[in-house]
Amino acid sequence: MSIDTLPAATAVFDAETDAPAEPDERSGGREPLTKRGRVQLVFAHIAVYVAAAIFVSPIVYAFFSALKPNSEMFSMPPTLVGSEVRWSNFADVFAYGPFLTYIGNSFFVSITGTLVVLAVSTTAGYAFGRLRWKGRDAVFVIFLATLMVPQEVLVIPMFQVMQWFGWVDTYQSLILPFAFTAFGTFLMRQFFRGIPFELEEAARVDGAGPIRSFLQIILPLAKSAVAVLSVFTFLSFWNSYLWPLIVTVDYATHGTLPVGLASFSGLQGTRWDLQMAAAIISMIPTTVLVIVLQKHLVKGIAMAGLGGR
Amino acid sequence: MSNTNQIPRRGTLARAESRQALGFVSPALAGLALFTVVPVVLSIVMGFFNWPTFGEKTFVGFDNYVKLFTQSPDFWPALRNTFVFALLYVPISVGLSLLLAISLSARIRGRGMLRVLFFIPVVTPMVANVLVWKMMLQPQGLFNGLSQTWFGVELPNFLADPQWAMIMVVMMSVWQGLGYNMLIFSAALEQLPESVVEAARIDGARGFRMLWSVTLPMISPSLFFASIMTMITALQVFVQPQLLTGGGPGNATQPLVQFIYNQGFKFQELGLAAAAAWILFAIIIILTALQFRAQKKWVHYEH
Repeated sequence: MSIDTLPAATAVFDAETDAPAEPDERSGGREPLTKRGRVQLVFAHIAVYVAAAIFVSPIVYAFFSALKPNSEMFSMPPTLVGSEVRWSNFADVFAYGPFLTYIGNSFFVSITGTLVVLAVSTTAGYAFGRLRWKGRDAVFVIFLATLMVPQEVLVIPMFQVMQWFGWVDTYQSLILPFAFTAFGTFLMRQFFRGIPFELEEAARVDGAGPIRSFLQIILPLAKSAVAVLSVFTFLSFWNSYLWPLIVTVDYATHGTLPVGLASFSGLQGTRWDLQMAAAIISMIPTTVLVIVLQKHLVKGIAMAGLGGR
Repeated sequence: MSNTNQIPRRGTLARAESRQALGFVSPALAGLALFTVVPVVLSIVMGFFNWPTFGEKTFVGFDNYVKLFTQSPDFWPALRNTFVFALLYVPISVGLSLLLAISLSARIRGRGMLRVLFFIPVVTPMVANVLVWKMMLQPQGLFNGLSQTWFGVELPNFLADPQWAMIMVVMMSVWQGLGYNMLIFSAALEQLPESVVEAARIDGARGFRMLWSVTLPMISPSLFFASIMTMITALQVFVQPQLLTGGGPGNATQPLVQFIYNQGFKFQELGLAAAAAWILFAIIIILTALQFRAQKKWVHYEH
């Protein structure tokens, strides 16, 4: 077997891992519907769409509220659209708080954090999943054990450690402490183990060391796992609240979106129009992300949520 | 090529591989040691100290733990609130998301879009979600406004009433978290082996019977996983009460994590906070272990 045969094997492998993605049309059965079945299906559609409408109504109402004058926020009877449509509320949010800074900080922290997690998890996952070394399994068990420790146990001593380092109110304190959790390593290890051994063996026989084999063979095969890990890591950094709340002092310089939004709400408590506009603005990036990645959503959850089972 | 030639070669190769493996794994090991192992050990130590954020630290033995259970006015209520929240939240959230996943069957048109829609509050910042609900729950907000306009009924001031405040924290949390378990169940439902479903159908299983005797047992590993994860998140609830009610009225909705946060970062008593965090950890471990023991009765791992 030479390295030339790899692309074909890769394609097969990719097809295999992508298989459980959306067998949408198959499971659930497709026997022809009886008349009664068709009526039931119509009712099922009505029920599901009504439920969905109720479900999104808070966000829709918040959006329209963000366009009202503040004095009409709590008018009786309630209205969806106010006497005028004030798009300026969205612009005003940026005048009342350093929202651009919050958004910029959130992007910077989330992207950098994700990159660190990816670098650390893929390399460690490779060592645990595909290299043979003494004590590997024992060390891996310790890794897994740390997954059980809840964030609340960690944040208090972590704050103390940050004080000792002089890192309170810095970017590194927002990024590094939670970039080394064992979850990513676990996910990558599980995925790497599923890659057929022959793929790597061929390259190894041709004289490639682990570094080359990792970068050129294993990593390209793990695109879907890397994608899943990136999205989930990005989201958890983006939405993280407790730790930034603890370790950030000056929101105007290092505040991320969640703590910024919370403090904005504290300061502008009576300006519900601005609070709603700010809330809607902060919902946009992750909502777009989910809409763009919707095809991979179920597969991603199956992989990350169930620990690569 | 003889064997004698290969054995020593394999030995050096193995040694080389070990060295390289160390290179691959050391960033993760160093980070985990510094940001997890050290804090965990430090946290145990802090729990036995009077440890103000600034100033003298003194060893106090088990005093922090004793103090929590006997002197701290907010600790028992916080424990109770955490349990009440988890008891309400876990069954409602798991049940509704299962119902939703089953309802969004392959025959529903636009189910991809509907899934995205139900998933949106999971990924939008919790702070933003809470603000939206806080607005609707104001005395003059949408809920009361609609109720008065349509039915002429004035609703209670939800966030000012101890019982209603907790119910609203639960309701808001269910709304926020529904999509996550829904997708876990959807993934499980899609991986049901066609052959088994078909066989059951030929045997005449339909509707509820099919659901109860075939589908649910077959996705029981996912149900088990989702229940455990949902329970763990429920015991760690923080943002929703912190921002929706501030833990109030009084301390009626203050959960354990908010108690820990307040002790540590409002009152600067890091030792007491660390001790309370370990109690939370112990509760999580015990309840998880109990669920693992109970799973033998209802979780099937056949396929």
